[in-house]
Amino acid sequence: MLVESPPEQRAETAPAPPNRRAVRVLGLLVSVLILVLVAVASIAVGAKELSLEQVWHGLFEESGTYGDVVVADRLSRTVLGVLVGAALGLAGTVLQALTRNPLADPGLLGINAGASAAVVSAITFFGVTSLSGYVWFAFCGAAAVGALVWFLGGSRGATPVRLALAGTAISAALYGYLQAIMILDDAALGRMRFWTVGSLATGDDSTIEQVLPFLLAGFVLALALARPLNAMAMGDDTARALGANLNRTRALSMLAATVLCGAATAACGPIMFVGLMVPHVVRSFTGPDLRWILPYAAILSPVLLLGADVLGRIVARPAELQVGIVTALLGGPVFIYLVRRRRTAQL
Amino acid sequence: MKTNRAVRTPGGLSVRLDVRALTVVVLLLVTALTASVVLIGTGDFPIPAADVLRTLVGEGDAGQEFIVTELRLPRVLVGLLVGASLGLGGALFQSISRNPLGSPDVLGLGQGATAGALTMIVLFSGTANQVTLGALVGGLVTGFAIYALAWKRGVHGYRLVLVGIGVSAIVTAVNGYLLTKSDIVDAARAVVWMTGSLDGRDWDQVWPLLALCAVLVPLVLANSRELRMMEMGDDVSYALGVRVERVRLLLMLSAVLLTASATAAAGPVGFVALTAPQLARRLTRSPGPNLTPAMVMGATLLVTADWVSQRAFGADQLPVGVVTGVLGGGYLLWLLVTERRAGRI
Repeated sequence: MLVESPPEQRAETAPAPPNRRAVRVLGLLVSVLILVLVAVASIAVGAKELSLEQVWHGLFEESGTYGDVVVADRLSRTVLGVLVGAALGLAGTVLQALTRNPLADPGLLGINAGASAAVVSAITFFGVTSLSGYVWFAFCGAAAVGALVWFLGGSRGATPVRLALAGTAISAALYGYLQAIMILDDAALGRMRFWTVGSLATGDDSTIEQVLPFLLAGFVLALALARPLNAMAMGDDTARALGANLNRTRALSMLAATVLCGAATAACGPIMFVGLMVPHVVRSFTGPDLRWILPYAAILSPVLLLGADVLGRIVARPAELQVGIVTALLGGPVFIYLVRRRRTAQL
Repeated sequence: MKTNRAVRTPGGLSVRLDVRALTVVVLLLVTALTASVVLIGTGDFPIPAADVLRTLVGEGDAGQEFIVTELRLPRVLVGLLVGASLGLGGALFQSISRNPLGSPDVLGLGQGATAGALTMIVLFSGTANQVTLGALVGGLVTGFAIYALAWKRGVHGYRLVLVGIGVSAIVTAVNGYLLTKSDIVDAARAVVWMTGSLDGRDWDQVWPLLALCAVLVPLVLANSRELRMMEMGDDVSYALGVRVERVRLLLMLSAVLLTASATAAAGPVGFVALTAPQLARRLTRSPGPNLTPAMVMGATLLVTADWVSQRAFGADQLPVGVVTGVLGGGYLLWLLVTERRAGRI
């Protein structure tokens, strides 16, 4: 989509000339346009195919037909996709910057698994049924696992491999725990086998309003972190010399990632790899400046998530493939490509 | 205390014996066999250990003989063989990836076998044998995929681990999809399978597993010297005359076969492959792959865990995989903390 912008290896050495900024703003507008197109597709495509006209009627002037109901249903799903996609993309970007780790992803680091385990425990043991109740459990689970992975991965000396291993190992342990619960409780199995793959079809209209405040807070916090994280990218000493408060930045970054991942997971279940893929794509045309990467990621991640959702509805028609499955199937190969591309010395 | 002793024959041959490792192996073997006898005696119809032993040598009464040789002995044998295979496979993987966490659990081999089994359960409503075959094929395909994708002028330890993590994520997604596609009866069957259980295993599972172990265990042990040298790094091993890639391919193939067949027989019993080599290494305090101790440790762990699951929750209430999963998960966390402090991961 942004083929006109050249590969920008020189971006970090020279100050951006004015026309580069114009290109980036233009790119941002184009991204928004793409997002709108994907959102329309997400409303139109499905088991019941809708024409653009029907979509228009459903959205803006009620025609009183069956189409209106379908549009209303798919609209809430689409809005949820936009919000959750943006949350995962921002969380992934923040985590990659925080850990200076190109392979960081909320799913890969086990943060989503922590939130899932906490939510499942809340449902099974504490009888919490409403999303606004167990979203707090999701935050606690995400925060606990995030801190644990950070500590186990070696804190400051963390390498991509250590973090990924610590995250995967903890995910494996939590996965075993989830399985034990599902075996002991048939009712839990019935509910949870759909939730644990990650799906935008929650079947509950109030999902959005219940997670919206948390997601908005997370968005603001993540976008505000662009500058301090930029400073940290130059190394701890330089960042300190530039006046950045390292510990505060780290704590706030973890907080942002926790809130975003926790709320997203509580709403849709664990979705992997969105936070991994998008920052890499974005970085290839914006350069390393987080003040551009974060907004781009916030707009393009929903494109990926909604696109995956639409794809899942097309390939398995008339049933559908849950979006978490599609993103894992798309993201796994990207992850392996990233692993293979980097020189082993860097890993 | 000196733990290494050289034994020399008059003919000029000599072999170095690690006394401590040898003691550990013998003690573990005794533990495994004791646990097996106790396990055979445990169940809805308890049999005292003395009667179990008498029946095993063929002097018990008819009723006990049926229960022991037809029902419980094959189950225990499957447990021992699966545990040994997982322990050995895990030790091989950890040594090849040079990482205590590079075990089949983390690399996605278990998930691969699960995908094969779920395909059979959900899409074809397959019989037990078809499920076993599906799991075997799934595990092998996943193993080859990991090796092929990690190949880039040789297989480097870290790349192997990371590619394994990626493959594992993909396969887990496939499993989740299959689970949502199934009806609730198939789903319950699938989840029990996915946890790993020894329930209802009979002689049909024992023989193939035994045959495979009879071939692979000697093959692997014959290459343990090369494996030990490879832990010093590829360049050093080349200089010492080890054909690194060839040995690595051979050993990885063996490890994949062992893990896949063990998983096919009992389901992906969690964390045995990860913990057995680590516990064995801590007991022997010996560097190197510790293949034999890991193998015996795996068998001991699995049989003990099966006994615990039966004692604690009643016969066949909870599959053994839940016990290994919970205990292994806890051990894993502890391992992560200590290994991190020692800077080994």
